[in-house]
Amino acid sequence: MHNDKFISKSEIGIFIFALVLPFIFDFSPYIQGLLIFVMLWVVLGTSWNLLAGYTGQVSFGHAAFFGIGAYAAGVPFFLFKVSPWWGLLFGGITAVILGYLLGIVVFRLRGPYFALGTLAAAEILRIAFGQEEWLTNGHNGILYITTWVSKYPYYFIILAIAAGTILTVKVVMRRREGYYFLSIREDEDAASAIGINASKYKNISMGLSSFWAGMAGAFYFIYMGFIDPETVFALHNISIISILVGIIGGVGTIWGPAIGAIIMVLLQETFRSAFFGFAPQWVSGMHAFVFGLLVIFVILYLPGGVVGDWDLIKKKLHLKRKSEMKK
Amino acid sequence: MSILSLKNVTKNFGGLTAVNNVSFDVEEGEILGLIGPNGSGKTTIFNLINHFFPVSSGDIIFKGNNITHKKTHEIAMLGIGRTFQVVKPLKRLSVADNIMAAAFSRESTFEGAKRVTREVLEFTHLDHVAHQKAGGLPIAGRKRLEIAKALATRPTLLLLDETAAGLNPAELDEAIDIIRAIRSDLGITIIIVEHIMKVIMNISDRIHAIAYGTTITEGSPAEVAANPTVIEAYLGSDYH
Amino acid sequence: MEMFLQSLISGLLVGGLYAIIGLGMSLIMGVLKIINLAHGQLMMVAMYVSWSAWNYLGIDPYLSVVLSVPFTFYLAKFLSKYLLNPLIEKDSILPENQVLMTVGIGMVLVELARFLFTSDYRSVQTSYTGQAWDLGGVSISIPLLIAFIVSLLLTAGLFYLLMKTDLGRSIRATAQDRLAASLMGVSAEKITVLTYGIGSALIAAAGTFFLPIFYLYPDVGPEFTAKAFVITILGGLGSTVGAITGGIVLALAETFGATYLSSGYRDAYGLVIFLLVLVFLPGGLKSLTKV
Repeated sequence: MHNDKFISKSEIGIFIFALVLPFIFDFSPYIQGLLIFVMLWVVLGTSWNLLAGYTGQVSFGHAAFFGIGAYAAGVPFFLFKVSPWWGLLFGGITAVILGYLLGIVVFRLRGPYFALGTLAAAEILRIAFGQEEWLTNGHNGILYITTWVSKYPYYFIILAIAAGTILTVKVVMRRREGYYFLSIREDEDAASAIGINASKYKNISMGLSSFWAGMAGAFYFIYMGFIDPETVFALHNISIISILVGIIGGVGTIWGPAIGAIIMVLLQETFRSAFFGFAPQWVSGMHAFVFGLLVIFVILYLPGGVVGDWDLIKKKLHLKRKSEMKK
Repeated sequence: MSILSLKNVTKNFGGLTAVNNVSFDVEEGEILGLIGPNGSGKTTIFNLINHFFPVSSGDIIFKGNNITHKKTHEIAMLGIGRTFQVVKPLKRLSVADNIMAAAFSRESTFEGAKRVTREVLEFTHLDHVAHQKAGGLPIAGRKRLEIAKALATRPTLLLLDETAAGLNPAELDEAIDIIRAIRSDLGITIIIVEHIMKVIMNISDRIHAIAYGTTITEGSPAEVAANPTVIEAYLGSDYH
Repeated sequence: MEMFLQSLISGLLVGGLYAIIGLGMSLIMGVLKIINLAHGQLMMVAMYVSWSAWNYLGIDPYLSVVLSVPFTFYLAKFLSKYLLNPLIEKDSILPENQVLMTVGIGMVLVELARFLFTSDYRSVQTSYTGQAWDLGGVSISIPLLIAFIVSLLLTAGLFYLLMKTDLGRSIRATAQDRLAASLMGVSAEKITVLTYGIGSALIAAAGTFFLPIFYLYPDVGPEFTAKAFVITILGGLGSTVGAITGGIVLALAETFGATYLSSGYRDAYGLVIFLLVLVFLPGGLKSLTKV
């Protein structure tokens, strides 16, 4: 873990590629939108992965941070016409505060109870934000005319947030905090016996994780121009998606969630468009079904995810090619 | 001066008294053996010292501080390291990274932790497996990794819980050498729980014997070995 | 006063139904040591089986229980045998991988239902559908009362199964100590599969008896999964009596909360109580009875 270079050449290459991508190709607004969604899911998955994959605290309620970040941009605008762009400042911080408060409750719980506790907390927020109309405009949501028509500026913003999230994980995992996160994940009792204050470091992990999820939420409002509680606090479309992105790409790996996000967005769009019009129309409703199947497959056969079990995948493919060559 | 004192320590689990009014002192620089039959409360005493469980009554004093109600990680930072009878390696991390995690307790920089890790790896003869995954080590290696992790926290008192169990004779000798060196080279005080009499009688300066959670005797290895109550506790009263 | 009585009675009746959902979950949690996030989804499957039998074949929902329960039982056995059991030996970074698997299973079931039956709200119309007993201002819905009685019978049946039969003893032994049970000749693997089946059959029965009362749509599954784990944690893990009290407490909290506080928060009351219990009363309500 500590012998490889901090940032490899290929990682710089990937970043530069993502940066110049819009200048090379003339993408349609549809593709531009997809790129933005990939990045959004990269942020969510990577932030979930820091808390769950590296620290072992499997959150089922990441929508709480995403949603509170979105409303940190939305509420000041709704009440006082404050520009939603301030959300990029408030979103992350608000989410960290929420994370700290939540931590007081949920970090008393271990394993599956922690998962249920976070899930319940996010659901309570979803219901509450739907009810408190004076603050949030309830289920009518908050609407705002977005600043730019072009999607490109938004792409660069979310790319920066995604880079920030991944860089955070990379930096943290080389420091004392990272070693402590892993120790807590592997065995909390053994961790405390070597002097690790488990609850302090779980809070740090939660803080970093919720910050970036909150930033993603704030960005979502700025970019979409509309939020309501059912969208930004959604159990399936936010909390569960964060988990799926992490599991499919690879829990506890730096690039896993990014790969997972790309795979899932590609898959979703392939099905939504009914294989770009080549398949019958009914296929278009099946993307969530395919996600479910994919999760089942990955948990059964690739428990480390695409990145974590990459060697296994290579070996399988290699063996197959070999046996084909013999024929 | 005694580095650690247990004063009338009692632990009840529901209706069961696992440790009953146990008191002993550990002198700085000595190796104290803690013996007793299975289930007599040895591991529980360790779990009370580093506060995996709270005591029901009594006090634990370490270097003049009352640590009875301190948290586990605080006790580790005060200088009490321990190993586990059922080893607890961080399975998916390499041996070196296991030690790194522990070394960060005293070293704030990456380089500092790495230096401590190198020293500890060498001291515990684990340098040749430094980059293997800890979960894949054979039992002897995992037992030594337990010691290595504890040493990396720079303890002044080390609690060793059956670090010799399951080892073959050659590995046993190596383990004894390492434990002796911990005291002589590093100047660390040791409390050791061990079933293998060859180890405990050879290593300990003094022995504290318990049965059913209660102290039965304390003295030099020779005295304790000759004590009829100890023999009875170990072998049953029919032995005479 | 009438409003109070009405809330109390509907709360108690719904609570009986919730108890069945909780019982199934509690049984599965006790033996498999996992939180089954596909619980309500399996109930939804049973509801669609009964709805189809009524819609296409004209079979009364109360009769179609002979279809929905075996169907769900075998489906659940299949799922646990081929998808959950193989994970026990697999080494994965997150110990929660069985729980995550139930998330995947739940997604597949919901989307399959959406594909086959669309997202439309469904309900069955029978002669007894809207009927109620009027007791001086307080009305008792007949289908709700029937469902309540059935749930009492099911609870009694489960109690008998667990306490008096060999199978029940094996299940309890496995729940207490999987290794010890398997050393004594109980096939823990078989018991696990069977328990998942029985727990699911219980909610299948509950689902079918819910059908004349509640609307049916694919996402009804996740809603009831949430209720199921709230009930189980409220009552205390692996406790039969706990599941019943948990069910009743949740139903009462929902109806009284909706009547006297705010109906918009109806679904939140249970969750708040749930968090409070998780943190302050980790053993559930059952830990209050023995001090």
